[in-house]
Amino acid sequence: MAAVGTELVQPRSRRQPATRGRLPLRRRIVKKSGPYLLVLPSIVIIVLVLAYPVYKLFELSFQNYQLPQLIHESHPKLGKPTVNVGLANYRAVFKDSQFWTVLWRTILFTVVNVGATMVLGTALGVLLTRLSKLIRVSLSVVLILVWATPGIVSITIWNWLFDQQFGVVNYALTKLHFGNFIGHSWYTSSLQGFFVVTCVVVWSAIPFVAITMQAALTQVPEELVEAARVDGATALQIFRRITFPILRPILVIITSLSVIWDFQVFTQIYILRDNRPEPWYYLLSIFSFVESFKVHNFGLGAALSVIVMLVLACVSIFYIRQIVRIGEAQ
Amino acid sequence: MTAVSVGRARAHKPVSAGGVNGRFSKGIANIIGLVVLIVMLFPIYWAVSTSFKRGVDMTRVTPEWFPVPGTLQHYFDAWHKAFFLSSLRNSAIIVGSTVVIAIIVAFFAAVAIARTNFRGRRAYIVIIILIQMIPQTALIIPLFVMLSRVHQQNQLSGVVFTYLALVLPFSVWTLRGFVANIPKDLEEAAMIDGCSRVGAFMRVTFPLVAPGLVATAIFAFIQAWNEFTFAYVIIQDNSKETATVWLASFSTQQQIDWGGMMAGATMLSIPLVILFLLVQKHFATGLTAGAVKG
Repeated sequence: MAAVGTELVQPRSRRQPATRGRLPLRRRIVKKSGPYLLVLPSIVIIVLVLAYPVYKLFELSFQNYQLPQLIHESHPKLGKPTVNVGLANYRAVFKDSQFWTVLWRTILFTVVNVGATMVLGTALGVLLTRLSKLIRVSLSVVLILVWATPGIVSITIWNWLFDQQFGVVNYALTKLHFGNFIGHSWYTSSLQGFFVVTCVVVWSAIPFVAITMQAALTQVPEELVEAARVDGATALQIFRRITFPILRPILVIITSLSVIWDFQVFTQIYILRDNRPEPWYYLLSIFSFVESFKVHNFGLGAALSVIVMLVLACVSIFYIRQIVRIGEAQ
Repeated sequence: MTAVSVGRARAHKPVSAGGVNGRFSKGIANIIGLVVLIVMLFPIYWAVSTSFKRGVDMTRVTPEWFPVPGTLQHYFDAWHKAFFLSSLRNSAIIVGSTVVIAIIVAFFAAVAIARTNFRGRRAYIVIIILIQMIPQTALIIPLFVMLSRVHQQNQLSGVVFTYLALVLPFSVWTLRGFVANIPKDLEEAAMIDGCSRVGAFMRVTFPLVAPGLVATAIFAFIQAWNEFTFAYVIIQDNSKETATVWLASFSTQQQIDWGGMMAGATMLSIPLVILFLLVQKHFATGLTAGAVKG
């Protein structure tokens, strides 16, 4: 910055009248290169920490890369060098029936979680615009409190709520005559286990959706709604013709973000299952992690990660189109 | 920021029919609102109240709804539990270095894309957005392999290196908005009055952007402070683990100390909640205002 600064300042004093209309060459070069110097550090970091790893991920997915190869990486005298195996990892993945089960489970999980988050979050956003001030403010404070709770803490809290022995949920369900839940374990059935995971995911995600939707709703011009009503539009028509088109961009953004987040849910399940998730709790991210760091087949794990990335790339298109449009408009 | 003020200025009263009917529906809305409030708050209440409960009260068949008589024992236990203080120190070092480096680098980039129009600007913006979409779990494997090659695995610096990648794109994008929101005319006026371009930027725009810089730094702080997976994979020594990894280590024990765990969770959350309250309005309204405008 300092270097750019002095160079930009200096030529001012010796501007030559002969070059009226055209800047001196040196100044033009500085002016042109200034922005590049400013973005350069960020590009260096991005290439090192993101671009290269992504390239490496693709490369790994075409290699037989296990523990000996990892050791070879840091101690060239030990272990074994890597071997390219072409598409063998992908072939192994697609032949594996467990992969297809996990893939469908991940898709189902994402649909349920995104659906629940969006419906509940949007409903809450609408609700927030209809409350009296005291309740609205208190509810907003609670939402921000939930939003600010670190992910790992949320998991810990829900783990405690659903604890087998002393969990308050088991007590409450028993008291409310839903059956005998005393000493009930929520993780022996994967459906019930995933219910707990969904609670954590949705509870943590609702504040973001609700507060964003509320903010978006306050920007629907009241005059427009009023005018439409005077002209005899029904509530449904007002929603379809006015409210929804205005909310659409933000709905696209939040929904695609939620898909991207929920498709790669990892920590919630990993921690709830004590760092040793059973195979029937595998989602794609966990499957890939276990293949890499427990089975030590990094090549296969990388192939699974590439698949996750390609699926998410398709979802991202919607998000990016919307965001770029906003960036261009400003 | 203009984004925020736009949201405020247009805020309108709820559209309702008014009269008895309106009051009736408002009453129902308030009741639903109250129920939602209780449901959303309960997990947090329960965790905090558990952290103050005596052991006997925690394990009763009929739960004690209030931590009376309370105890601070769990806070003492968590505080003195192995690696709590070292994990806090590690988190502070990692998060502090990450935020400082990321904000400086991101600020330069944000100025470039908000204030100048260079060849490749559009491509740069698309890349910044695109890389935020890279699933983090996909990066774990190659980063782990890379870090082991350069002997940065099991090092705090290795974690900082990784966190930069998580925090940087988001910081560039957020800061760009803050810089773009300061009218260029102000700078130009200062230049007419004899300031150099850089001088005008430093004297006029920079002070106006400073709050945005603080807000972005806090967002970056929150993101890095909350991260678990990379820290868990990269660090193997207990003495080098971060606060989130420390908290997670509670649940892998044979006998879970719920009181200590909830006390630890509460202690880890308090600084974050405070920081979050300071900046949350920038986050929600900034995003929407832009979206609605476009």
